[in-house]
Amino acid sequence: MKASAFSYHKPLSLEDALGLLKNEEDAKILAGGQSLMPMLNMRFVQPETVVDVNGLNELASISFTDKVEIGALTRQKTLVVDPIIKQHLPIMQEALTWVGHFQTQSRGTIGGSLCHLDPAAELPMVALLYDAELEVASASEIRLIPMQEWALAYMMPSIGHDELLTKIMIKPWRGAYGYGFQEFARRHGDFAIAAAGCLLKIENEMITDIALSIGGVEDVPRRFTECEDILRGINYDIDKIKAVILKPLDQINFLDDSLVTGAYRRKLLNGLLVRAIEQAAGRAKSS
Amino acid sequence: MQELDVQMHVNGKVISGRVESRTHLGDFLRQSAGLTGTHLGCEHGVCGACTVIVDGDAVRSCLMLAVQADNCKVTTIEGIAEEDGSLHPLQEAFRNNHALQCGFCTAGMITSLHAFLTENPNRSETEIREAISGNICRCTGYQGIVSAAMEAAEKLANR
Repeated sequence: MKASAFSYHKPLSLEDALGLLKNEEDAKILAGGQSLMPMLNMRFVQPETVVDVNGLNELASISFTDKVEIGALTRQKTLVVDPIIKQHLPIMQEALTWVGHFQTQSRGTIGGSLCHLDPAAELPMVALLYDAELEVASASEIRLIPMQEWALAYMMPSIGHDELLTKIMIKPWRGAYGYGFQEFARRHGDFAIAAAGCLLKIENEMITDIALSIGGVEDVPRRFTECEDILRGINYDIDKIKAVILKPLDQINFLDDSLVTGAYRRKLLNGLLVRAIEQAAGRAKSS
Repeated sequence: MQELDVQMHVNGKVISGRVESRTHLGDFLRQSAGLTGTHLGCEHGVCGACTVIVDGDAVRSCLMLAVQADNCKVTTIEGIAEEDGSLHPLQEAFRNNHALQCGFCTAGMITSLHAFLTENPNRSETEIREAISGNICRCTGYQGIVSAAMEAAEKLANR
């Protein structure tokens, strides 16, 4: 199918972009286009205006002071090889191996992934693990939104029609910790049927800190805090972990559709969580 | 309906035209530039048939607006052969290894592999399989395509 007609704007500065968004009631922001273009082609969305932000070079940088600051327009292909990401957020590069294909990573951006907010998207799962802060700008103000408050509902981030996501700020954990990321999809690069991410700190055999995020299983990717609370403070014993994660797993309201049943998703997530935790533990011990 | 002027370097030639803002790059290449070697399959980024090379990167031409390629350098399947018209090692290897049957996916396979092997021709079979995991072929079962890619990679690494 073909997109319905729209008027196209390509602002070359953030100020111009925000001015446009302020005055347009029915505008969609086009970043990498790897989700919006299919939706346009299939007419799932028929906006009056498309604002192409690919001219905003100021939003395409990565820097590190006490936290990693990633411009929203940074492309996935850049994140995959960037030395700052490699040093401070290696889990992001691991998660990206599951994101689409190199022909989509060449255009896809981190800001686009976060704003599209697919239930199975990997980059929001990484941002959740670190409690990232998102900087969102409009013509009148700049807001900081904690990642755990970003998703309001299915594919609906906490962002107004006149606002643009400009920056993602991620503070790596202090000290030695391990990370794990596991996913299952029908074809590598397709949307996850289930995915799990884990950050883990182990001191004297005890889990002193843990973050878990889950994707593909509910309307939005989220932190699995019910499970974290059970695991934090216990000794690292994988058999015990396998037993105690069953209860919080039962509380998840699994997506259930004609292709993938909720029961299958539950089974997959169970296995993926265990693998992510084991992977993180292996790295926590060797770090 | 909004129309915009675009101009791009396609396979070494300057192509200009006037397009509706909603026209994607794949349609522009086929309909305005007359380069029908680029095939449109799913038009939502899943099948990989429409892959072309824009400024060195393999991209889905159905997921990029024609106006977004304004002033860009675009290579389509028609631009892969050598300047003297002889086949590129990838094309040669596809012929040697029976890597195509109906041919619908071939342009996307070759442009994808071209970008992938140009960046680094020293690739393992696993990496090659991963690289074309976003390109669907419904005829060959992929074995011939992977063999062809391996053969071409070796040639490209030695040249």
